Amino acid sequence: MALAEEASTPFVGLSNVSISEEIPVEGNITVPAGPSTRDDAFSTLDEPVKETILRDLRAVGNKFFHVLYPKRSSALLRDWDLWGPLLLCVTLALLLQGGAADSDDQGGPQFAEVFVIIWFGSIVITLNSKLLGGTISFFQSLCVLGYCIMPLTMALVVCRIVLLSGSGMVSFAVRLAVVTASFGWSTFASTAFLADSQLSNRKALAIYPVFLFYFVIGWMILTFSPRN
Amino acid sequence: MASKNDPFQFQEFDEAGDLLEANRDAVTISIENEDLKSQRPRSTVGFAQDAADEEPLISDDREELLSGQKKSAPFWTFEYYQRFFDIETHHVKERILGSLAPWPGKNFIQAYLRKNPDLYGPFWICTTLVFAIAISGNIANFLQHYGNPGHKYTPDFRKVSIAATAIFSYAWFVPLGLWGLLLWRNNKILNLVSYSFMEIVCVYGYSLSVYIPAVVLWILPYEWLRWVTIAVALCLSGSVLVMTFWPALRDDHPKVIIATVSGIVLLNALLAVGCKMYFFSKPEPGKEPGQMVNSSPTVKAIKVTSP
Repeated sequence: MALAEEASTPFVGLSNVSISEEIPVEGNITVPAGPSTRDDAFSTLDEPVKETILRDLRAVGNKFFHVLYPKRSSALLRDWDLWGPLLLCVTLALLLQGGAADSDDQGGPQFAEVFVIIWFGSIVITLNSKLLGGTISFFQSLCVLGYCIMPLTMALVVCRIVLLSGSGMVSFAVRLAVVTASFGWSTFASTAFLADSQLSNRKALAIYPVFLFYFVIGWMILTFSPRN
Repeated sequence: MASKNDPFQFQEFDEAGDLLEANRDAVTISIENEDLKSQRPRSTVGFAQDAADEEPLISDDREELLSGQKKSAPFWTFEYYQRFFDIETHHVKERILGSLAPWPGKNFIQAYLRKNPDLYGPFWICTTLVFAIAISGNIANFLQHYGNPGHKYTPDFRKVSIAATAIFSYAWFVPLGLWGLLLWRNNKILNLVSYSFMEIVCVYGYSLSVYIPAVVLWILPYEWLRWVTIAVALCLSGSVLVMTFWPALRDDHPKVIIATVSGIVLLNALLAVGCKMYFFSKPEPGKEPGQMVNSSPTVKAIKVTSP
């Protein structure tokens, strides 16, 4: 007991604050309900693989829809992914492959060149907009620029179908119309998403590179001629 | 049209912009406040002693210098480069117009840059010029052979990389050389006017802007038109460069002045004429146009004739 009293002397100052023994220290430790529900919502461990893939595909498809119908929504900005851009870029590069230029290695756009132009171009545009003081994150901008290639990819598909029928004046006129329309569409869609991130007196500076980027891709699509 | 459906997003971004603006102001104000704070105790002391009146001024100078040092970030950081993109749309317009229409006696650096050289203009003008040259070179090539049943048009993508190499090396290495030269002459002869490297790069980049419309005009298959546009573009761009660097060279030896000015003009002419000859020259009859660009014409000739 003496030892115990000695040990308690350092805390003598605290003795006034001591909780009286009549009131038992008890209570319920309630775990907030948030984490458990979040676990349920985000637990991807025990769901079928098919569902996981489908969910991602649905997200990508949803973004495609947003590009086709570009209203000023933040769906493309909120959760970015680079699957769509990769898919579009590879499709574009593969479809541009097999042109007349390949036969004698005469310098038509090759797979690697298309790939590098698209990725390097969008990285440079993103850096440009960040340097101008844009309030958009790096990957969000990459995602938007990549998804907005979709109209041009569709134009390339149309062009290849038109080219099957021959490459006369009429076919060129049709291709020109299709590529111009899709170029306008791409630029319009991307500016609808990106323009708000810039100050008003710098919007034109941020949009011009985007315009140039899609113009060059449009040019590559328009001048594509298949080998026969 | 669709933007009216959810105006909230719009607002949010505007607010973010406003906040950014406000923050900028806040930063500058806070610096001023610091200055004021440091001034106040000193000024109260200075009331008692008249001799110590100069003290706060000196300390203010010192503080300004220190804050200036703090502001300039090292070159590997993002903020360092952000300085060169601190520019607005109307500035870029003014600078491009200023480089298109040189006014006698108007110095481009002093009239338009005003100690704020940007990299936006030079970079995007060079990029635009690269693609303008490549695209119009291809179109000119196509028009030359239009209606010729034996010729099949193939897009020549290699023109992009060659044009990029030529133009970007002109826009970076020539200013580097010129900057070194001016630095060297400045050490020899005391000059009042000295330009920083970025200012020289900026002038060179903007001086290329006149070639963009010129290159688009080169699509038309008339040789005389091409030479006339080259002459006009050369005069405009060369006069901007010479008038800009004239104040920095004025007090030098006549020999050095002549050598430098002729060097500037010659390099400019070399770029213009070289681009014209390379991308827009008429191929000799009986040869494929692709050969003008290819490094190994014999192999290509065999490949072209074989099918």
